[in-house]
Amino acid sequence: MNGYALLAKLVSLGSIVLIAILLAGFGHDTGYMIHASMIAVIAFGFFIYYARSFSFAAAGVPLQATEDTYLDSVIQAGLIATVFWGVAGFLLGVVIASQLAWPILNFDLPWTSFGRLRPLHTSAVVFAFGGNALIATSFYVVQRTCRTRLALGNLAWFVFWGYQIFIVLAATGYLLGITESREYAEPEWYVDLWLTIVWVAYFLVFFGTLLKRKEPHIYVANWFYLAFIFTIAMLHIVNNLSVPVSFLGSKSYSLFSGVQDALIQWWYGHNAVGFFLTAGFLGMMYYFVPKRAGRPVYSYRLSIVHFWSIIFLYIWAGPHHLHYTALPDWAQTLGMVFSVMLWMPSWGGMINGLMTLSGAWDKLRTDPVLRMMVMSVAFYGMATFEGPVMSIKSVNSLSHYTDWTIGHVHSSALGWVGMISFAAVYDLVPKLWHKSGLYSMRLVSWHFWLATLGIVLYASSMWVSGIMQGLMWREYDSQGFLVYSFAESVAAMHPYYIIRMLGGLLFLLGALIMVYNLIRTISGPKTSMARANSPALAV
Amino acid sequence: MTTYEALRHFADSWMLLGFSVFFLAMLVFVFRKGSQSQYDQVSRIPLQDDEKV
Repeated sequence: MNGYALLAKLVSLGSIVLIAILLAGFGHDTGYMIHASMIAVIAFGFFIYYARSFSFAAAGVPLQATEDTYLDSVIQAGLIATVFWGVAGFLLGVVIASQLAWPILNFDLPWTSFGRLRPLHTSAVVFAFGGNALIATSFYVVQRTCRTRLALGNLAWFVFWGYQIFIVLAATGYLLGITESREYAEPEWYVDLWLTIVWVAYFLVFFGTLLKRKEPHIYVANWFYLAFIFTIAMLHIVNNLSVPVSFLGSKSYSLFSGVQDALIQWWYGHNAVGFFLTAGFLGMMYYFVPKRAGRPVYSYRLSIVHFWSIIFLYIWAGPHHLHYTALPDWAQTLGMVFSVMLWMPSWGGMINGLMTLSGAWDKLRTDPVLRMMVMSVAFYGMATFEGPVMSIKSVNSLSHYTDWTIGHVHSSALGWVGMISFAAVYDLVPKLWHKSGLYSMRLVSWHFWLATLGIVLYASSMWVSGIMQGLMWREYDSQGFLVYSFAESVAAMHPYYIIRMLGGLLFLLGALIMVYNLIRTISGPKTSMARANSPALAV
Repeated sequence: MTTYEALRHFADSWMLLGFSVFFLAMLVFVFRKGSQSQYDQVSRIPLQDDEKV
């Protein structure tokens, strides 16, 4: 960046600091004032950082362009953020699981109550852990498969820091009680606007890199990543259309009301599952599974059919979250039918991922990272079978509002999303830090088994508890009275809540082992061979 | 006709037809003659990416 650009950056950062201080002073509620102060401090930090590298003599001198290497430092930062937020999110999960088992752990304080910590957990694992994993791996994959450096200079760094700021603002907001109360979209209007800016920058970096690619064909993983980026932009903007009460306060009201608001909310909510947690991570699968197995994907044709079928079907599945509500019956049925149809392309994708290993199955014995990938794809298959079953109205009448849903979400999130992300991190860290390999494969094995056992405990306890809960709620005696009170169904769930907490604890333990393994890998000696393979462009 | 009805009729007629045609055309395109060798080649993109320095 040349000196004038730096000067412009300093001026705009300085203005942000001043405006944020003013907003902090004139804000209408405490949460808003705290957020404005945080923005002032963050902007001031960046101001100092840039000011230290500024000199008038250098103004106007363009820096040497480094087009012949990949931009990997931002991916390294992204991987560290992924692991950091992952551990934070899993820890929060264990905390709120313990709160459900032992309510005294709410401490009777608003900031530590389940209602505020629960969105903190979901956002930390979905958006902070999953989102950083997606951004980092998408930057890696798009550069390698297009054989070109990321587009638009250091805009990728803006995406990285901007996204972390979004996470911190969202997370502190939940603790302060700032929420739109929209599932998986709790941040208020100003945080939503900030994320929109960051996301558009992300889209520009990714799409710009595709445009300047040196490889004529756009590899299928990039299609999935692009669909994820594009659709999340659309979902985020529509779902968060709202009117702030005041530009000096945190509260806003949704543009939609009643059942339309509910449908918009679940159109967003389910497609967050479909495009954030599925399409994005399928991009990861289509790059890292072939890479690790050393074999091309089983059927490239199937991957294209998989892509378009997922795109065409997922977007309609949202109404299955609103069965037996005020939503028109035809819309509920439509949501159910599309959810059931989704089973086929999902299993097509699973088969494509698993069959990529045909002829290389022996590697499962020696490579625990590949084993994680296979377990992940297997969980993808299980979850995408369970989901359509649960979307069927008659099944949903039993499963809805029970722990079965929570079990389903976690076998997908811990099994599919978690495992494929861990595998990608294990694959990338030695490459990006120029090491010959991971510090310990045995520890990866430990991580694999602890995580798998944790998921099994989690999912099975939630099946039992959820189905029991559903059956207790609908149990009538011969005279038409309900047999159980709600409190009785809650008391019956206590042992399963403890088992679930233990499952989460094992999963967290596995992640901590990963942290140790990665730290030892990064601080270990560099290899001369790996240094020779450092991120020069393969042209 | 209200906006809702107009959009509704458009969605379940022309839009539905458009989506269906696009999807079927995709299938025909993917399974076109001679695509196999091309797909075999591009499926190796991730495997070749860091061989050369």
